[in-house]
Amino acid sequence: MAMACIVGAALLLLVSGTPGLVFSRRSNYSERISVALVALAALYGVGGCVSLLLGGQAQQLVVAGYLPIGALVLRADAVAVVFLLPIFVISLCGALYGLRYWPQRQQPRNGRKLRLCYGILAGSMALVVLAADAVLFIVVWEMMAVAGYFLITTEDDKAAVRQAGYVYIVATHLGTAALLVMFILLEQMGGSLVFPAMHSLVATPLAGVVFVLALFGFGSKAGLMPLHLWLPGGHGSAPAHVSAILSGVMIKTGIYGLVRVSGFFVAPPPWWGWLLLVMGVVSAVMGVVFAIAQHDIKRLLAYHSVENIGIIAMGLGLALLGRSYHLPVLAALGLAGALLHVVNHSLFKSLLFYCAGAVIHATGTQEIDRYGGLIKTMPKTALLFVGAAVAICGLPPLNGFVSEWFIYLGFFRAVQHSSIAVTLSALLAPALALVGGLAVACFVKVFGITFLGAPRSRQAGDGHEAAALMLWPMAFIMLVCVLIGVMPVLVKALLGPALAAWGIDAVTLPQMFAHARLDAVGGCAAALLALVLLVAGGLRWQRRRHVQQRGATWGCGYQFATARIQYTASSFAELLVGMFSWGLLPHREQPRINGVLPEPTAFCSHTPDVVLDRLVLPAASRFAAACATVRHYLQHGILGIYILYMAAALALLLVVAGGW
Amino acid sequence: MNEQLLHILPLLVTLINFYILASRRLLACVEAVALQGALIAFLPLLLHGTSAHAVVIAGGAFLLKGIIIPLLLIRAMRRLGIAREIESLIGFVPTMVIGVAITAVAFLCADVLPLAAQHYQSLVVPTALATMSCGLLLIITRRKALTQVLGYLVLENGIYIFGTLLSEALPLMVEAGVLLDLLVTVFIMGIVLHQIKREFATLDTSPLTELKE
Repeated sequence: MAMACIVGAALLLLVSGTPGLVFSRRSNYSERISVALVALAALYGVGGCVSLLLGGQAQQLVVAGYLPIGALVLRADAVAVVFLLPIFVISLCGALYGLRYWPQRQQPRNGRKLRLCYGILAGSMALVVLAADAVLFIVVWEMMAVAGYFLITTEDDKAAVRQAGYVYIVATHLGTAALLVMFILLEQMGGSLVFPAMHSLVATPLAGVVFVLALFGFGSKAGLMPLHLWLPGGHGSAPAHVSAILSGVMIKTGIYGLVRVSGFFVAPPPWWGWLLLVMGVVSAVMGVVFAIAQHDIKRLLAYHSVENIGIIAMGLGLALLGRSYHLPVLAALGLAGALLHVVNHSLFKSLLFYCAGAVIHATGTQEIDRYGGLIKTMPKTALLFVGAAVAICGLPPLNGFVSEWFIYLGFFRAVQHSSIAVTLSALLAPALALVGGLAVACFVKVFGITFLGAPRSRQAGDGHEAAALMLWPMAFIMLVCVLIGVMPVLVKALLGPALAAWGIDAVTLPQMFAHARLDAVGGCAAALLALVLLVAGGLRWQRRRHVQQRGATWGCGYQFATARIQYTASSFAELLVGMFSWGLLPHREQPRINGVLPEPTAFCSHTPDVVLDRLVLPAASRFAAACATVRHYLQHGILGIYILYMAAALALLLVVAGGW
Repeated sequence: MNEQLLHILPLLVTLINFYILASRRLLACVEAVALQGALIAFLPLLLHGTSAHAVVIAGGAFLLKGIIIPLLLIRAMRRLGIAREIESLIGFVPTMVIGVAITAVAFLCADVLPLAAQHYQSLVVPTALATMSCGLLLIITRRKALTQVLGYLVLENGIYIFGTLLSEALPLMVEAGVLLDLLVTVFIMGIVLHQIKREFATLDTSPLTELKE
């Protein structure tokens, strides 16, 4: 029953965009029908997930072979549910939000394409998580990738958008190529294209190759640091609610793949965990540092996805280390942190993108430096943004803290171990703390420049609050964030079965939850939240009682302050960007200023992506130039030589076919 | 008699290959190709006896390869006013040396091919291979478009020689179709030659390289 609900929901999502194909470009019926379909699918899906968790048994569905590829196997277990819940919930929130953010009437050119691909993306994501054989997995994985491409290139009349889509499609196909090889190797090890059971394969040296291929294929989807090429451009180009589902949910399918594949093996060698841990730390630290240096609000949020994927990878790395060294509690803590952060990140990252979308909708630009003072025109969005920022920084009392708490506990657990190799991993705990600190700095910058101060442009001054239909999904997500933060005991019901499905034994689970002291964490968070609300209420009361004197923001008593004397995004981040310039390689155009009364001059700075803009693209264009040189020699226009090529090719084929 | 002719004919065909490779005068080349075509037209009769099938094929081939196509080419030469091949891409002597080398390879390697039992040790198969490669060599190395047509004809002759081994098994229609294709191809090439001449005032194909990007 639960399985039927979930699969039905996935299929319903898959077709939810099709009404647009039969309605007119200007009619808004199609979008309403498709939102209704998504809502129905979400209802069924969440219901199915809940009943699966309550039933406690993994369920399987075999679609016997009408197809030449044989039977298709779908399987839903508790690990899948962890990923399915965000897929269903965020799809619905995004579809509702899109009703006002990207209405068909205002976007007749691409509104229908967007809804069609949005449905396909959501449905194929659910099927990716459900697929239990390699053929079905690859098929739905590719559907997801292609739907993602058309969503990123929604506004395909802009050159930058097409460029971002191109980078995405190349990156995702490189990843798929690695996955194809990985599945062939897995088939050779397990003897079948159906996924092996958890802990059924021995970690031979060939398994190491499988793991590295999985890390490449899934890592490039998830956006682990050297493989994150497509993320900043892709998330920066898509409409906000699409960025939300891409960043909040789709990249998690990469994490799902890593969790699934690493679970196939008994006692993985320690280097798997170490590799994942180190890549996680690099992604987390460099992701947040790059975020600080950005001026485009959506690119900035995209780099925060890299950071959070890094945190998730750290948790998963700890879990693998725990498995390698036979420390079940460490494994349970790491995996619990990773899985919970998957859920949490899908919530607060979507919320952040929705807020960014509301701001972009109000001002018409993605440049942070053109915002300012938006808290006066859009106070509700500002409040939700603060909440999401607190959550993403991993601060109590919100949900981000709970998942990072598990990972911190994992590190502390590792310190107490006698083996020096395990203890060493705890040296990476300060990196997690550093990431949290830098994230706070980054969101202080974003919030300060965007919502505080005086408007820096006319559009920022004329902004408007987001529509109610946009605010409701945002408020709902905020509520879930608060709920997980204040009552983390709730997540036991989700994490317990998921950890058990990954192979954490029944003795360890209560031990781990006892170690995590979730009730105490929840109590402290609730107290903190109450305190914050109390202080806020008190301040508000005070403000009402006393007459306020209003002056220009940042005016400092100076009467003729203009908006241009405020901090900009660059100047606010200057210190941190300078500290990390060894990794960021920021680009600055800084003229020298001479004399007492200098000429008018200009300063500008921007930070291109180190891997994409400084490594991959130059290398690719060098390679293309080399190929062009070779082609220049081969392609000279002399007919006789062309015939010689043909004759040589024929002779070669003859030799090959003759088997000499 | 038949046996002796079957030994002499392939050798004559090979000699004509060398003659065409070495000759600078176009008229001589065309005549040599005509002679080669006429000679190989009799191969089916020698190989399969004077059955009606073989006679029709031989007669058709003789008419087309020995008479009609050469006449067409000579007419084209007169109308276009060309008599000599200019210095080719790699010169006449090196072309000749390469031609000898590939002929030697063809004779050495023919028996390595997976042939039917009765064709082993026969001179027909290596001659066919040598003629095909000489035709290809002509097409590759010569610069006048007309000589390239001649190369194509020599290549076709090689294929015809190979085909005669099978002409018992091959239906008449297929044979006739191949011969008709050949005729049409020469027609089309004649038209193309005329256009090249009109466009570039020469039959040299090297200006055609300007068409590349």
